[in-house]
Order: sequence, then structure tokens, then C-alpha cells
Amino acid sequence: MKPPSSPVLEVKNLTKNFPVRRGLLSRTIANVHAVDGVSFSIGDSETLGLVGESGCGKSTAGKLILKLIEPTGGEIRLSGEPIEGMSAGAMRSRRRAMQVVFQDPYSSLNPRMRARDIVAEPLRNFERLLQSEVDERVAELFENVGLRRDQLARYPHEFSGGQRQRLVIARALALRPKLIICDEPVSALDVSVQAQVINLLIDLQKEFGLAYLFIAHDLAVVEHISHRVAVMYLGRIVELADKESLFAAPQHPYTEALLSAVPVPDPSVVPKRIILQGDVPSPIRRPPGCHFHTRCPYAFDRCKTERPAMREVKPGHFAACHLRDGPVAQDM
Amino acid sequence: MQESAATSQVPGAAAPLPDILPPVKVRRGLSGFIYRHPSMAIGGFLLLILIFIAVFAPLLGTGDPNAIAPARRNREPSAEFWFGTDPFGKDIYARVLYGARISLIIGFSVALLASIAGLAIGLVSGFIRWLDGIIMRIMDGLMSIPSILLAVALMALTRASVENVIIAITVAEIPRVSRLVRGVVLSLREQPYVDAAIAAGTRTPLIILRHILPNTIAPVTVQATYICASAMITEAILSFIGAGVPPTIAPSWGNIMADGRALWEVKPYIIFFPAVFLSLTVLAVNLLGDGLRDAVDPRMAKRL
Repeated sequence: MKPPSSPVLEVKNLTKNFPVRRGLLSRTIANVHAVDGVSFSIGDSETLGLVGESGCGKSTAGKLILKLIEPTGGEIRLSGEPIEGMSAGAMRSRRRAMQVVFQDPYSSLNPRMRARDIVAEPLRNFERLLQSEVDERVAELFENVGLRRDQLARYPHEFSGGQRQRLVIARALALRPKLIICDEPVSALDVSVQAQVINLLIDLQKEFGLAYLFIAHDLAVVEHISHRVAVMYLGRIVELADKESLFAAPQHPYTEALLSAVPVPDPSVVPKRIILQGDVPSPIRRPPGCHFHTRCPYAFDRCKTERPAMREVKPGHFAACHLRDGPVAQDM
Repeated sequence: MQESAATSQVPGAAAPLPDILPPVKVRRGLSGFIYRHPSMAIGGFLLLILIFIAVFAPLLGTGDPNAIAPARRNREPSAEFWFGTDPFGKDIYARVLYGARISLIIGFSVALLASIAGLAIGLVSGFIRWLDGIIMRIMDGLMSIPSILLAVALMALTRASVENVIIAITVAEIPRVSRLVRGVVLSLREQPYVDAAIAAGTRTPLIILRHILPNTIAPVTVQATYICASAMITEAILSFIGAGVPPTIAPSWGNIMADGRALWEVKPYIIFFPAVFLSLTVLAVNLLGDGLRDAVDPRMAKRL
């Protein structure tokens, strides 16, 4: 793996607890550990896939990076500049560099705004442009994402799901960001449309040098678009590696189980599935030691007491498992 | 780019389906509106008639509604006095028609003022979280007092006049709107398009104006019609018990009924006519509100 030169995004030990409050005085009786010490970085024009089951904290991680919610702890650096403690006002100017594409293309577009106004909104926020210049830029953006000019004046409900997601992408592109957080951008779409949107994202990456944090639960999609992949389980990253290395030789038992669940489109192949027992433990009362020991087929005594450190098992391939050896990771 | 490119014409496709389905009749214009939104049409029509009556009351064969004539007290309905006369000899037909003015003015004013005030309070409550607890406890306190009692208490503090009745009823109705708006704001704030606007660098005032406010208008409009209906009833009750519009200022359906209160067993028509008009007006406004609710609710499937 080539070392990520001048990371667009660097996240260190990112942590978010949601307090559970009860009673008249709103005493905090417990914490939901949504994100627990997550670290990674994304370089220029790089796509980092972030995968995990629902509720593992991957979407929360995305919202933390976008500063839509405040982190409990940890560092977020956008092109080297720490943004984790930044006020909303100071953050506003940094938002140009980082945009978002959400999962649901229906609720991420204001139903009462016309398509051109939706795409123009970020432009008008940051640039003093004449109406004609705004129109020109918006039309250009429509072209970039494969929408037609005669659709400019339409309302969101007049578009299909895939077209809506193109509209969302056009809005995200408007400010020429360096990084787009894609929070399950294709999960709500039909499979054929998924492929179109994924390929659009890849084309736009090449054209504009975009970096993506691609949050998803569909491993096939992640394998297609990502350069590196991070696997999350219960708020922690358990494995992070190059796409090729991770899919060829997963080093963490959880990743192994996830990969064995990917359907193979070949009826002659009899899949060897690793069926995990039980459910994901509650993020309020997490098991001690390695969070995965309650479901891990290889768990032994040490897993129940000691949290495994992130180790560099192979160059550029990190895993947090007691079964693996290697130097403890400093930077990922 | 068209997503449906794959489903376009396939060579050798099956012949078109036989015409066994009856053609879908699409109704347009006024008849279509009545067909799709019958309650809105009926309510709106009734309300238009009542507004017409209120506006053109002097031209509809009415005399002076306040003229006292002891010689013709307590007349039964007749060709001369369509709705009869009250214990002071005042023409009830004239008074009922003029009374529509008070009811409609108070209903519409209260609906408008309570909506505006409720919108403002609800937006503040939904956006400034530390104020939310304080504002909502005040609203809870206001709601715990029956609105009639609250209005009576407020009227007791001031002089009896139409404006004061409007203010008193508005204060009693504000909590309902502000709770509704607060709820809508809180749910809209969680919408991804609001998060996307924040991420796109839109400032908070613009987010409220562009993304929150337009989406609260529909539920508030529906609520406003219910408030209008309830304000007209409250006004009638206030006037009936003598805490509202006094009969010396203007006839209102409430104070006409109050005038007939002592005689209702022998002269029921004194109460009957204003009561029918009050019921019809409230019914009209409620029908309109129900129709509006159905029309703005996206979950209600559109009928052809």
C-alpha cells in the first residue's frame, strides 16, 4: 500500500457516547457507546469503505466527521486542520471541503424545492454569483451527474430514486469538495440503478480527484468502489486493509464470517458459510475484552478479559485479534 | 439519463392487452375538485354563503338589529319577523344575520393570530433547546386551565369588547398551535435534507426559513381551521354567560341566545335560530378543515 500522502481526512480515537437519561432529573444511567476509538485516514482521490452490520456505529462515525453531531472524544483533521472542537461558525467555512450523500434519496431532498434550487443551495451559501452564473454552474453539475437540462425546474417527487440520488450527488459536488461522505448511498436503490450510481461515483472521483468515505453494509458494492476497507463491529474498527488483501485473506474472524456470507453468483459453488451464533451485543452493555468473543468461533480465555490491540499483521493490513501477531499499529 | 431504458420496446413483444378495463374517467375542474374533496367542497360552499350573509347583512331585508320596540316583544316567527322578536322587541332575523359578522371576525382573527404566535413560539421551542423546557412548561400550564375559564378570567381583567374577546381566546388557543409546531419542527430537524443543508453550509435562519417553515404551513393551516371553529364556540359561550361581546356593542349568536335564555321553554325559537347558524358555521369550518387535512396529508392516496 502506498502511504496516504497528505491525508484529506485523518480520524484518531474518535469516540461518541450517547447518554441514556432517566427520571425527573435526567440522570445518566448508562451510555450507548456508538463509536469507540475509531482511527483511520483517507488520502487524496482515495475511497475508504467502512462496513459493518446495522447499529455498529458506521453512520454515527460519518455524522461525527461531518460535525452534524459533536464527538465525545478524539481528533478529526480535515487536510491537517483539527475540526473536532470547532464552533459552528468557524466550521461553516470548512464545510466547502467536505460534503455528504445520504442513504435515502427521498428524505434527503426538500420536497418543496425545485431541483435547480437544491443544487444551487451550497453555491449560494459560499459564492456571490449572478443568477446567470448560478444557472450555468447548476446546468454543468446536472450534466456531470447525467441529468438533463429540461429537468432543472422539476420537483424531487418527479424524479426516480436513481435520479434523485444523482441530484443529491450534484448538490454534493457543487462546492468542488475534496471529500464526500457517502452514507449508504446506494442501499435504497434497485440493484441495476445501484451499479449506475456506483459507476457515476467512480467516474466523478477520477474527474474531480474526490476522496470518499464510503459507508455501506453491502460487501460487493464496497469491494467494487473502495481502495481500502475498514470493518466495524460494535463501535470499533476490527480490521483495516487494502481491498485486495482484505477480501483475499481476512485476518479477523468477524471479517471472515462477513465475507463468507457474500452470495456467490455461481450455482455450482457450494458456499462454506460461517454462521455466527446469537445477536450483536447491546452497545449499552458491551462484553468485556474483545467485543466479538461472544460470537467468535475461535474465542479463548484471553479474549474475554483483554481488549485486543490493533496490530499490523501484514504491511498495510491491520487487525484487532489476539490470534494475530505483529507490531501494534500507530497510524492507519 | 433514463433508468427505464431496459424496459423499452422489445421486438416480438406480446400483443397489447384487450380493452376489458373500463376507461378511467378523469374528472377535471370544479366537478373533479368536488369529487376528490367532497368535505372541503361542502364546507367551503357553506362558509362562502355565511361570509356572504355577514358581508351583505344590511341588504338582506334586515332592519336595525338593535332597534328596541317594546310593543312587539316576543313575537313568534311570521312573515313580518321571519325569526320572531326577542323580549326587547328586537328583530331576531336581523340580529342573527349581523351576528354572523362577530362570529366570523372572531373565528378568523383568532385562527390567524394564534397560528402566527404559535408558529413563532413553536419554532423557538424547537430550535433553542434550552428554552424548550421552559416554554413547554408554560404551555402545559396554560393547557391545564380549561380554555373557557382562561378566557373568562382574561375578560374579567379587561373591558368587554370584540378586540379583548379575540385576545382572550387567542391566548387560550396558542398552546395547541405551539405544541403542534414544536413537534413538526423537531421531526423536520431530523430529516436528512436538513442535515444536508447544514453540511452545505446553510446558516440557521435560512434553514428555518427555507427548510423548516414551508413544511410546517400545511399542518398549521389545518389546525387553524379547528381553532377557528373552536374560537367561534368559545365566543358564543362567553357572550352567552355575559363575559363576551355585550349585546349593546353588537349582536352575537351567543348574546342573542342569552337574551332568550329565560324564555327558552315558551319561546324556543329565540335560541333555535342563532344556535342553528352557529352549528352550521362550525360544521362548515370543520368540514373544510377535515378536507384540508386529507388533501395535505401525503399518506392519503389520491383518488382519480
